[in-house]
Amino acid sequence: MFGYYLDLAVRSLKRSPGLTALMVLAIGFGVAASMTSWSVFRAVSGDPIPWKSSKLFVPQIDNWGPQGRDAGAEPPNAMSYADATTLMRDHRAKRQSAMYQISPSIVPADASKHPINVSGHAVFGEFFPMLETPFLYGSGWSAADDANRAQVAVISGKLNQKLFGGVDSVGQNLSIEGGSYRVVGVLDDWNPQPRFYDVVNSGGFDSGSEDVFVPFLTAIQAGIPNDGNTNCNATPKESGFVGLQHSECVWIAYMAELDDAAAAKTYRDYLQGYAREQQQAGRFSWAPNNRLRNLPDWLDNQHVVPSDTKVSLLVALGLLLVCLVNTIGLLLAKFLRRSAEIGVRRALGAPRAAIYMQFLTEAGIVGAAGGVLGLLLTCTGVASVGWVMPKDIADLARLDVSLLVLTMLVAVVATMLAGLYPTYRASRVQPAWQLKSN
Amino acid sequence: MQIKPILAAMRHHKAGTVLIALQIALTLAIVCNALFIIQQRTARVSRPSGVEETDLFVIRSDWADKSDPRRIDAQMQADLIALRQLGSVQEASSTNSFPLRGTGWDNFIKLQPDQVKMTTDAAIFFADERTLAALGTRLVAGRNFTAGEIGAQQPRDALHSAQVIISKALAERLFPQGSALGKTIYVSMGRTPSTVIGITDTLQAHMTGSWANPYAYNAVLIPARLLNDYTYYLVRARPGQLAAAMRDAPKALYAQSRMRIINAKDGVMSFAQVRRRAYERDVGMAILMGIISVVLLAITAAGIVGLTSFWVGQRRKQIGVRRALGATRGDILGHFLTENLLIGIGGVLIGAVLAVGINLWMVAQFEMARLSLAYVVAGVVALLLLGQGAVLAPALRASRVSPVEATRSV
Repeated sequence: MFGYYLDLAVRSLKRSPGLTALMVLAIGFGVAASMTSWSVFRAVSGDPIPWKSSKLFVPQIDNWGPQGRDAGAEPPNAMSYADATTLMRDHRAKRQSAMYQISPSIVPADASKHPINVSGHAVFGEFFPMLETPFLYGSGWSAADDANRAQVAVISGKLNQKLFGGVDSVGQNLSIEGGSYRVVGVLDDWNPQPRFYDVVNSGGFDSGSEDVFVPFLTAIQAGIPNDGNTNCNATPKESGFVGLQHSECVWIAYMAELDDAAAAKTYRDYLQGYAREQQQAGRFSWAPNNRLRNLPDWLDNQHVVPSDTKVSLLVALGLLLVCLVNTIGLLLAKFLRRSAEIGVRRALGAPRAAIYMQFLTEAGIVGAAGGVLGLLLTCTGVASVGWVMPKDIADLARLDVSLLVLTMLVAVVATMLAGLYPTYRASRVQPAWQLKSN
Repeated sequence: MQIKPILAAMRHHKAGTVLIALQIALTLAIVCNALFIIQQRTARVSRPSGVEETDLFVIRSDWADKSDPRRIDAQMQADLIALRQLGSVQEASSTNSFPLRGTGWDNFIKLQPDQVKMTTDAAIFFADERTLAALGTRLVAGRNFTAGEIGAQQPRDALHSAQVIISKALAERLFPQGSALGKTIYVSMGRTPSTVIGITDTLQAHMTGSWANPYAYNAVLIPARLLNDYTYYLVRARPGQLAAAMRDAPKALYAQSRMRIINAKDGVMSFAQVRRRAYERDVGMAILMGIISVVLLAITAAGIVGLTSFWVGQRRKQIGVRRALGATRGDILGHFLTENLLIGIGGVLIGAVLAVGINLWMVAQFEMARLSLAYVVAGVVALLLLGQGAVLAPALRASRVSPVEATRSV
């Protein structure tokens, strides 16, 4: 019977090619616009480390007091050197790392090559196991290396390709900011978006790559300055990078791994106790005002998903809605035009269910045709999204099987939903009326 | 024109009427907001920078070795001399940042040393006596820096500048009652006062995000070379020689010293490129909203054509009867046009409320501005005209139905 309905539907659609084309076009455009903006939204709002994000926490300590606070009484979104190093020393979480963004120059051993500038972070050894970074060769460094301020480095596979031709470079030396560092690990392809471990400095998304990681304390000792944001509530008393370390300026990102709610509670209490100690010592003249958010909450708090992306998605969904209303109207016109035919079928004994089947099949075919057009337009849309969105974000929009399946599914299901009311009306046609008037 | 028979006819196809009205309402709501976004973004993009943008370009030079500040200072001065000697270059100056750069060093500006909250926020531009000439920005009051006043400092040193030049907008913000010239302000976030010796014409700051709108034209020029890990050179080419100067300048710098990095991709950028990059998001968003609006209007118009055509087909017999009873072609045409107008008015009334509602929700969610009612009015007129235009073809077809149709039974 389904084959028969298919045949009927195709005949009916062929009878009014203009109306059919109009419906297919509307569905195709509506679905493609929504799916293209969905692909962007999905890319920027995704969880960068879904298996672990609920266990990663970002602590904030209010070292500025009420004067530096905005309306929400939110403490600074980064840490001062004093707080970050104390938290590291106390080492209360399962794993943790203070980190700051660096942009050192690397001078290739080959004197004929230009020096290059790379981006990276100064981190603690626990950074790598905490974030489960994939290693191509070697590994991260140990707590002893951190403590001894060892001159070691982890580099990206890309930098390894550039400097060492892609071979295992563990044990080789590298000239970073004039100092010699031994490569202990080479990362496999790892460039999480958003760059969740330091969204304050990356602004969330960054089309560049992170090429070098060195031990935090080594970088401090070598005077490798921070490259990211520095926010101060007062001018540092001493000058230079050392002055920054002695100041209340905030410029350090921090992440801690806490396994469960109990661990988070304990850590929260610890932060509270720390702030209270600082208050007693006279450094803070205000009550403790800390935050400890897990990664998803932190990304939300820092508005990592650009509002333009949300607005685009909403507008595109609005377009889809209008296309569907349009389709309901056109299907209604199309189905009711065939009242006579429906009357004959009903008079010959077809139950209402059969009418439903017939017309929903027809709606489904329109949806499928719209879906095919939608697929083509979505492919074009995703490929050309770079024209209207910033590169950092446009690069993240990907075409994959799930997006294509979703496109098709949305087209067919939405059109069949749109067909429900017209079909209902068609099934209510009174056979007697139609037969009499003919 | 009789409204009553039209209303009676509409009662016979309620569903179609409601659907068209709903479609018009949704389209109006979305298009109004989209147009408003487009207008907001275009207004941002067309803000003046206060810079003479043609023939200007910027070079970023990163120091490759971990130089000591004195060496950087000497290198910067040598670089500037080399740049100014080029035949294609008219003026060159070093700076840490420039209008539309997108990021940079901002300081709170205070009028009293003990002030707790800032008076306002301003971009800090390190400048020399040639910076204004390189930018092509005029002074509206006071004087420029002299070569002897230009010092040097490192990024994490406190700002100690006895003299500063400030932008017009900042001057007006700080001293709304009179001239800022000769007044003392605090730009260092500390207790060191600075005297305003000059006020520039319009000069845009480096931040372009919408959160920085209140400070978009606040800039302070500090008479010093900033000895950072990198520096920017603002270079003005001789008229018409921009391409040549952009080619020559990096070569001249590398000839000075190879221990530097000038990024191949964006190390040398014309000011047109700077501008494009600064407003990429806004232009993109405007284009996107434009495309969606056009598609929406096209689909709505097509939907009206489709449904009205169906109604015309359905009512051929009635039209024939009316024609046979003496209705003119104009009457039939008028019937369909009026019918569409009535549906359209119903639609735009709902749509206008929806448009304002959506905007209010977006204001709360995405720090957007309030929709001006002019947009709603323009949208209403546009959609009513669109409806009339769309219905014209089917209505004309209806008016050509012959009175003979009345006598046919099928």
